[in-house]
Amino acid sequence: MTTAILERTATAPTATGQVSPIPFSRVVGVEISKMFNTRSGFWLLASVGIVSGLATVATILFAPDAEIRYNSFASAVGFPMTVILPMIGILAVTSEWSQRTGLTTFTLLPRRGRVIRAKLSATLIVGFASIALAFAVGALGNVVGSALVGVDTVWDISLGDAALIFLADALGMMMGFTLGIVIRNSPGAIVGYFVYALVLPAALGTLAAFQDWFADLQGWIDFNYSSTWLYEGEMAGVDWAHLATSGLIWLVIPLSIGLATVLRSEVK
Amino acid sequence: MITVEALTKRYRGFTAVEDVSFTARAGRVTGFLGPNGAGKSTTMRMMVGLTSPSSGTATVLGRPFVDLPNPGREVGVLLDASAQHAGRTGREILGIAQRTMGLPKSRVEAMLHRVSLTEDEAERRVKNYSLGMRQRLGIATALVGDPEVLILDEPANGLDPAGIRWMRDLLRGFADQGGTVLLSSHLLHEIEVVADDLVVIGNGRIVAQGTKEELLAAAGTVVRSAEPEHLASALRAAGLNATLGADGTVRTETDAARVGQVALAAGIALLELRSADGAGLEEMFLELTADSQREHPTTTHEAPLTEGTAA
Repeated sequence: MTTAILERTATAPTATGQVSPIPFSRVVGVEISKMFNTRSGFWLLASVGIVSGLATVATILFAPDAEIRYNSFASAVGFPMTVILPMIGILAVTSEWSQRTGLTTFTLLPRRGRVIRAKLSATLIVGFASIALAFAVGALGNVVGSALVGVDTVWDISLGDAALIFLADALGMMMGFTLGIVIRNSPGAIVGYFVYALVLPAALGTLAAFQDWFADLQGWIDFNYSSTWLYEGEMAGVDWAHLATSGLIWLVIPLSIGLATVLRSEVK
Repeated sequence: MITVEALTKRYRGFTAVEDVSFTARAGRVTGFLGPNGAGKSTTMRMMVGLTSPSSGTATVLGRPFVDLPNPGREVGVLLDASAQHAGRTGREILGIAQRTMGLPKSRVEAMLHRVSLTEDEAERRVKNYSLGMRQRLGIATALVGDPEVLILDEPANGLDPAGIRWMRDLLRGFADQGGTVLLSSHLLHEIEVVADDLVVIGNGRIVAQGTKEELLAAAGTVVRSAEPEHLASALRAAGLNATLGADGTVRTETDAARVGQVALAAGIALLELRSADGAGLEEMFLELTADSQREHPTTTHEAPLTEGTAA
């Protein structure tokens, strides 16, 4: 390191009373750029495009001709999204604690609630852009795939179905975000998410298979289970009720408790 | 200006900071001095709203820190240079601060130049930075908003001697232009050369504060004459204490002016008259913090523990 250039003059301190507050949109913008400008963040977001492309190519190569339709492509690119998006939600929050950047972030923006709101907005904006990209890649695959195979291009996902898939992915992201807020540690929150998304469904599914009383109850308390119906595209009134009550248990209550802690806890 | 009033932080079972009050004035460098774990970092975190106090208040420029509309424009803060995302480059980290504060992009280049980080170093990821480079980056982040107040926790840690000199000149210049500087250290001589005012903390309580001159004076005066016994008895006759040194000096706990008067009145020619500075302040520091020292006093300057482990 060079120490040859020694500047001795400090810049004149600013005159007081003319500092304008930081607009919320700026905080959101900065939070979005913070998601991209680390190596892990960059590759996580790049993986959205890469995985969508791979899933599309795989569908063209391996799906039988009758399955070359938009639904197949959307499912193929949609599944990896259900894993990647929650990770984006988790890391947006936990890196402030795991990498201790919160020390700077929360001194530049001491109103922590505002920072968390900006993070949530940034996460959802990036999430929706990612899903839109995945849908677009899937659509391209559908057009190219059907031309290659020589079948009619079939668009069998309605706008309503697409909206439900968006919602399901957004809820998955929110679940990641919530785990991030509650656990505030990157590896811990990621493990937490996999327990929630992979281990718990198997355990609860087994329980439901053997215990009738739980089978009736599962929709009301198992958020993972009740949100899978969004992908099926058919949501009856009771399904929405299931989604709401289980969402309260898994999303709203933990998020509220986590937020209360984040706002008051010490940043070290 | 920073005003801290009766700041207290209690954790379950122990009190990290107890009833700490002081003012860091504009145009002056205030040194916040104390052994490791004395509560310096906790006090500084409370000033900037990262830790909520159990009681008491802290204001910066007359307002609580959290009420500043764009804090980075008014207060430059560096609490821990290592608390940065290892995967970002120096330029990106500075860019985040610059964008958050709504400053022009040119400020990033200006600050990199200001802290002597080269183009090549700015493009490197922070995980490849030395502690000294992280400190420089942290100083750049603190200065990017052109603030009036600087709050720096152990900023000289990890800097080489040239870097320490550079830091000292920078802080001196900042204060001379009307800025307020509060910097902490567990190393007395590091603070002694740059601070105008000193706040000494031990075991969560303030044990001494005042201008550096006052504290030096309080540490006493060393005087030498051809007749040390005569001089000592003259001082005692004037109601002052006096200790004879082995080298023919006399040490007394009063200021040089008073000693001069006594010597003049007694008709004793002086060979040397000086404040017992340097060593004096160091003794005072060790003495004042002796009760609250976790280590043996002689290991103070080796500082094996990092600040904040218990603070």
